[in-house]
Amino acid sequence: MNTLEFTALVGAGSFVAGLLGALTGLGGGVVLVPLLALFFKVDIRYAIGASLVSVIATSSGAAAAYVKEGFSNIRIGMFLEIATTIGALAGAFLATRIPTTAIAIVFGVMLLYSAYFSRKPRLPNERNLPPNPLATRLKMNGSFPEAGGIRHYNVQNVPAGFSLMFGAGTLSGLLGIGSGAVKVLAMDQAMKIPFKVSTTTSNFMIGVTAAASAGVYLSRGYVDPGLAMPVMLGVLAGSFLGSRILVETETKWLRIIFSVVIAVLGLQMLYHGLTGKI
Amino acid sequence: MPGLISSLKNWDDQRTETFIGNLLRVGVLLAASVVGIGAIIFLHKYGGMASDYRAFHGEPEQFRTIRGIFHEALTFRGRGIIQLGLVLLMATPVARVIFSIWAFAAEKDRMYVFFTVIVLAVLLFSFLGSGI
Repeated sequence: MNTLEFTALVGAGSFVAGLLGALTGLGGGVVLVPLLALFFKVDIRYAIGASLVSVIATSSGAAAAYVKEGFSNIRIGMFLEIATTIGALAGAFLATRIPTTAIAIVFGVMLLYSAYFSRKPRLPNERNLPPNPLATRLKMNGSFPEAGGIRHYNVQNVPAGFSLMFGAGTLSGLLGIGSGAVKVLAMDQAMKIPFKVSTTTSNFMIGVTAAASAGVYLSRGYVDPGLAMPVMLGVLAGSFLGSRILVETETKWLRIIFSVVIAVLGLQMLYHGLTGKI
Repeated sequence: MPGLISSLKNWDDQRTETFIGNLLRVGVLLAASVVGIGAIIFLHKYGGMASDYRAFHGEPEQFRTIRGIFHEALTFRGRGIIQLGLVLLMATPVARVIFSIWAFAAEKDRMYVFFTVIVLAVLLFSFLGSGI
C-alpha cells in the first residue's frame, strides 16, 4: 500500500469512527486505536499518539456547540481537571514504561466496559439532594434550563469523584482516548450531577486532559505526522457531520450496533494482548 | 427568554463559556487548516512511496521538539507543517486554561484562580518538562 492509499483509507476509517461516535454519543476515539492496530497493522504506540491528537480536536470542536446550551459547569470541570491532568501525565509516563501487550489488555478491558456502559439502563438521579458542605465551599452547585424552568442541583461526594477522575485521566494518558465513559461515571454516579451536565462537562474536560499527555507523547516520538494527519482530519470531519445530522429514530439501533462493534474490538484487543501479538 | 437568562445566577460563567467555546473552535479550525496544507505538500512529494507503521522507531528529533518542528515548517516541509498544526491543536486547550485564569480573576474568585493555575502548571510541565 502506498502512502496516498494508506492516507485515504485511514482518513475514511477515522471519518466513520468520528461520525458514529458523534451520532451515538459514545465518542469515536475508543475505536480508533483498535482500528489502526488490528486492521491497519500500525504499532500501538503510533496508534495511541494519533488517537490522542484526534481526541483534542473533537473535544475542542464540540465544546463550542455544548457551552451555548448552558449545561456544562466550568467550575466543576476546572476543579476536576486538576485530577485528570495529573492522572494523564502519570498515564503517559506509564505508557512509555510498560510493555505494549499490557497496554493492549487494559485497552481491551476498557472497550468492554465502554460497551457495557453504553447498554446499561440509566437510573435517573435523585433530585433535591441537600447541599454538601465541601461541594458548596467549592461553589460547584449549579442550575441549568430544562422543560418547565430552571433546575438546580447540589453536587455530592467530591472526594470520590476526584479519585475517579484521576483514574479517568490515567486511562486517557495511557490509552490515548478521551475516557468519557469513566468521566461521566464519576460525575453522574458518584457526584450525583445531572446526566446532561455530566456529559457536556466531561466533553469539555477531555481536551485539557488529552493535552496534558500530548506533550509527553510528542517528545517521546509517538506522534507521527503522516499517520496523525488523516486520523485527525477524518475524525474531526466525521464528528462535525455527526453532530449536525439528527437521526432520532436510527440512533437506538446505531447505538446497539456500535456497542457490539466496541465489544468485538475489545475481545480482539484482549486476545492480541494475551497472546503477545501486539 | 430574558427572564430565564437573568434568573440563571451564573450568567457571568455563561458568557465566559461562550467565549471559551468560540476560542476552542477557532483554534481547532486553524490547526486543521495548517495540517491540511502540510498534507497536500506531504502527499504531493511522498504519496507514491510505501507506507509502513508496523514497527515502532520513534519520530526523529526534528518532529519531537518545538524548535525542530518550527525549523521544518518554515522550510516548507510537509511533515513539519503537519506537526506544527498538531502543536497548534495541543496549544488550544492551554489557551483555554490561560483565558480561564483571567476570567476567574475578573470575577474575583481567588480559589478558582488557584485551581486553574495548578492545571496550567501541570500542562506546562508536560510540554516543557518533557524536553520538547
